[in-house]
Amino acid sequence: MDAIKFFHQEVTQKKDYPAFRAGDNVTVNYKILEGTKERIQAYRGEVIQRKGQGATQTFTVRKISNGVGVERVFPLFSPSIDSIDINKHGKVRRARIYYIRDLKGKKARIKEKRMPTATAEVADKG
Amino acid sequence: MKGIIGKKVGMTSYFDETGKSISCTLIEAGPCVVTQIKTNDIDGYSAVQLGFDTKKDKNTSKPLQKHFAKAGTPAKRKVLEFRDFGLEKALGDTISVDIFSEGDKVNIVGVSKGKGFQGVVKRHGFHGVGGQTHGQHDRNRAPGSLGGSSYPSRVFKGLRMAGRDGGKTVKIRNISVLKIFADKNLMVVNGCVPGPKGSYVVIKNDN
Repeated sequence: MDAIKFFHQEVTQKKDYPAFRAGDNVTVNYKILEGTKERIQAYRGEVIQRKGQGATQTFTVRKISNGVGVERVFPLFSPSIDSIDINKHGKVRRARIYYIRDLKGKKARIKEKRMPTATAEVADKG
Repeated sequence: MKGIIGKKVGMTSYFDETGKSISCTLIEAGPCVVTQIKTNDIDGYSAVQLGFDTKKDKNTSKPLQKHFAKAGTPAKRKVLEFRDFGLEKALGDTISVDIFSEGDKVNIVGVSKGKGFQGVVKRHGFHGVGGQTHGQHDRNRAPGSLGGSSYPSRVFKGLRMAGRDGGKTVKIRNISVLKIFADKNLMVVNGCVPGPKGSYVVIKNDN
């Protein structure tokens, strides 16, 4: 196992993504090669799960596109991911929110988790 | 034919320079010790005997203890011979993973995972008999007819049937060596390698 960890450290480039978990609404900026040109496509949706460990971690992002649910699995350390932006932190109780697949409309909303802002923290301490 | 004995660590994947995901197997290869040198004059053929994976003396028979003592090395768990080794090595020399380099094509021999007693569908790739409709049942994974009743009225020798599957020596040819970490005795090869994790594999270029 140690050898695998060592290997992962050797071959993966360090990426500075913000911490996110299931329930968060993220935008994945994904590099797409069209012929010889490279462009960036944004894919926005809710993170359903994070899976795996080390260099082979993946996460699944679900969105509703034209009324159809679409899920896309991204390898976390894929060089094709340009950046990941977090739009909202969701308030969910489990690490894998598969139940969201069966919900529609208003039920399928995820409550937003309000993070204490930096100014609020200062105010608390003061 | 140079070669080395190793131990399968496990599989993983990584992204190469072009962004492609490459599945690979990690092998802890060597260091091996030359425990005996066989020559044409004495043995009738030329070969090098390598030992890998140290074990305790108390788990080694007296004759073997003396055999390893001749090479000046602690007892080894896995001992194998390599015919016409190619590299000039003396008794007691260490052979490490750096006899191979990145980009080499090697053959890897291992013992495949044991599957136990399996039917013909899994063991020989049969397709079962007929379909699931027209009143057929219980025949989905059956081997079919063995030998006709009037002719030949017997079962031919070597007819493929159910039985023990897996646990056989398998050689995978032309695997490319992706990376070598000589200080960790680690070799990374493309794709899969026969056998469970922790099993011994032999890496050689005997094409």
